Amino acid sequence: MSQLHQDDPQRLRTQLEDTIAALLAEARLQGADAAEASASSSTGLEVAVRMGEVETVEHTRDHGLGITVFFGQRKGSASTSDLRLEAVRETVRQACTIATHTQEDRCAGLADAALMASELPDLDLYHPWSISVEQATELALACETAARDYDPRITNSEGANFGTHRSVRVYGNSHGFLGGYPSTRHGFSCAIVAQDDSGMQRDYWWTTARRAQDLAAPAAVGQRAAQRTLARLNSRQLGTRKVPVLFCAEVAAGLLHNLISAISGGRLYRKSSFLLDHLGQAVFPDFVRIHEQPRLQRGLASSPFDSDGVATQAKDFVREGVLQSYVLDQYAACRLGMTTTGNAGGVRNLAVELGAQDRGALLREMDTGLLVTELMGQGANLVTGDYSRGAAGFWVERGEIQYPVEEITIAGNLKTMFANLVAIGNDYDFPGATITGSWLIEQMTVAGG
Amino acid sequence: MNDPIAIAREQILDPAGLSERELDRLLGILNSPAIDAADLYFQHSRMQSWMLEDGIVKEGHFNIEMGVGVRAISGEKTGFAYSDELHFAALEQAARTASAIARDQRDGRTRIARLNAPHQLYPLLDPIPSLADADKIQLLQQVDAVARAADPRVAEVIVSLAAVQDIILVVGDDGRLSADVRPLIRLNVNVIAQHQDRREQGSMGGGARRDLHYFLEDERAQGFAREAVRQALVNLEATAAPAGHMTVVLGNGWPGVLLHEAVGHGLEGDFNRKGTSAFSGRLGEQVAAPGVTVVDDGTLPQRRGSLNIDDEGEPTQCTTLIENGVLVGYMQDRLNARLMGGASTGNGRRESYAHLPMPRMTNTYMLAGDRDPQEIIASVPKGLYAVNFGGGQVDITSGKFTFSASEAYLIENGTIGRPVKGATLIGNGPEVLRRVSMIGNDLALDSGVGSCGKEGQSVPVGVGQPTLRIDGLTVGGTDT
Repeated sequence: MSQLHQDDPQRLRTQLEDTIAALLAEARLQGADAAEASASSSTGLEVAVRMGEVETVEHTRDHGLGITVFFGQRKGSASTSDLRLEAVRETVRQACTIATHTQEDRCAGLADAALMASELPDLDLYHPWSISVEQATELALACETAARDYDPRITNSEGANFGTHRSVRVYGNSHGFLGGYPSTRHGFSCAIVAQDDSGMQRDYWWTTARRAQDLAAPAAVGQRAAQRTLARLNSRQLGTRKVPVLFCAEVAAGLLHNLISAISGGRLYRKSSFLLDHLGQAVFPDFVRIHEQPRLQRGLASSPFDSDGVATQAKDFVREGVLQSYVLDQYAACRLGMTTTGNAGGVRNLAVELGAQDRGALLREMDTGLLVTELMGQGANLVTGDYSRGAAGFWVERGEIQYPVEEITIAGNLKTMFANLVAIGNDYDFPGATITGSWLIEQMTVAGG
Repeated sequence: MNDPIAIAREQILDPAGLSERELDRLLGILNSPAIDAADLYFQHSRMQSWMLEDGIVKEGHFNIEMGVGVRAISGEKTGFAYSDELHFAALEQAARTASAIARDQRDGRTRIARLNAPHQLYPLLDPIPSLADADKIQLLQQVDAVARAADPRVAEVIVSLAAVQDIILVVGDDGRLSADVRPLIRLNVNVIAQHQDRREQGSMGGGARRDLHYFLEDERAQGFAREAVRQALVNLEATAAPAGHMTVVLGNGWPGVLLHEAVGHGLEGDFNRKGTSAFSGRLGEQVAAPGVTVVDDGTLPQRRGSLNIDDEGEPTQCTTLIENGVLVGYMQDRLNARLMGGASTGNGRRESYAHLPMPRMTNTYMLAGDRDPQEIIASVPKGLYAVNFGGGQVDITSGKFTFSASEAYLIENGTIGRPVKGATLIGNGPEVLRRVSMIGNDLALDSGVGSCGKEGQSVPVGVGQPTLRIDGLTVGGTDT
């Protein structure tokens, strides 16, 4: 295929579906008993400005296809960015060659035909934005200018970025399943630097959405980046102590994703999770509900089917504090003797049921402790649950923020942290596919100089 | 064939029907008077990987990527477009799109001239067929068997093997044409050991710009398996790590991730041109203790972080960053060097043709001192001895950096005591190297597994250092 129809998603989708059909037919021809394939194509515009000037204009254009073939219980896979028919054939041949060397794996294979998504609702994910380089530049400049003009202590900038992308994704397998959909994603972000006698600090903010009209205003993003940066000036260290810790909402989302990793099939069948064999057990206090909404209209992670072609479905992972479901794809489900949960490729639009308290009420409930607004580095060991991260945030006394802190660590164990969750706030206020408020955790070890 | 330009032509340009005449025309589009610099970056990359788990080789994958990135720079502005289609029409469109960054778009004239790299640090081979597929499977199984035989507590073993051949061809706005053929191999072993209800992990791997026989020499791959098991067993015995500010002794080799995070990123030219690094404007200042010399060296033969030429066609070099404690140099690509009035240090790197180059590290390490490592440990009344690490992260602007220990021990009265659980260490880049009070005579580089992420782009790198004593670093354990 020499020319792809980027501006017409229906034609592009048809082309990619034809490519998938050719891949699957070629796999059959080369002797595969079963096969699955996916293809995607995306185009985009990215503009970066810095200190009031354009820094880069990038025109992105990405293609990819991948195929997995099964010969009995042996498996091989291959991928390429080259969608021409000759390349497609070569890719299938490579996957088949690999499968002559891999070994019998009783769980290798497609999910049951009966589990394939039978209806593919339109999730309203495609809202292209025909914006010129000049208009995109104006938006990015408006965002950065709002940040730079916010306060005289804003002395420098890492700039503002604008991006708009449109893509089509198609998946098919030898059960006859073939599904695809176009989607768009737009957004901008700003990273700004403030300076005073205490030194330099940097922070950022962003917005992202399927539709342009759902984005935050450029000035609001810039101002929030400026406020976050200014609040960090004059940061101090804290002495080593054990105190309650309030994880602000966007940082709490990281804890939520630690949970999801720990209940994911790959970790469970490899016995590499601190939540092994916890299905049906209380992992959190009883006020906690964690669920996913994979078919949310315009959701940033929405999809009608997962990477195995299995229908996605809304479900609770945690209800009344009890673990209700693992996060399984076909392979892991087979290994665990269970059924796939339609989570091949991960969770989609994860949400925590918000509590009643706002940020102020949570700070008062904490009374004296640490508000964490940034985490650094790795340091979450999901085999043991041991947790030790670099952190920055604010020291809180009598429910009031006292001063910013940095160059400290917080440590504990995720299992204990989850069990000792005191409250979840209603202060969800960050963009992205995950919804949560702030999390107040009873006690952790803070280390500093 | 030992001419990278000939290999790149045969693999990339000839199949696409591109000759010097077409390259001349593309450069003409990019060479209008308002363009200060421009380049075309052709890439053809092949990767094969294998994964063993549960004692069987379950997965194998093959990937081919090919494309061209076209960049045009006018002042501080960069226009960039790329294509995975290599025919002339697609390239011409990409060149026109990229050069739209400049207002004046009259075509200029350039003639192609080839440029040879000054060094050939690794063989120009394709590592994928360097070992028969059946022999790769056998190697993975041997490694698995060694890990399982090492101790009855070994419960899970995952072994992965990857081989990549990356062929690149860079055509600069001045007509310079250069190429590189880059092999890269890697083998990793991950082990879970179990004793009663407790499970702990250990991992070890290595790699090089070599063919796959590297892993067979001296039973190297089997050595990785034994080391992964050893780490997992040590962690089975580990108790709570201490919390607080204390003296830390870092082992040699991979703990050099300290340098990568604490000073390396902060000395990349882009941050310093923009004045957003905690090291900005500090050339000539004492930023480390006397005796501390840190270099970034892209010219070490066969190392994972090494390159014959960088991704802008500049020969790599050994750049001194800190000399005897004084900040003496930054790492530069062409754009930032030009804007700062200097020369490229051969540190312009990009993840692929679909990414813009920027200043990146190659192999970053500290030169050896004169202390016996035993003497360093013996000098510490109470502290932490950390010998293995996971990854790290840095905030360039505030200078704060973290790196997470995966194997560490208490030091009590100058001797190594009980193992402690992994913990994150946090410090301030411009301060931490001033607290280096002893430097070992045992400089070692890592085993060849490092990858560095910056602005969403990942590139292979190396780190290294001798054993170091640091008088005061915050250790993020739970034991107060």
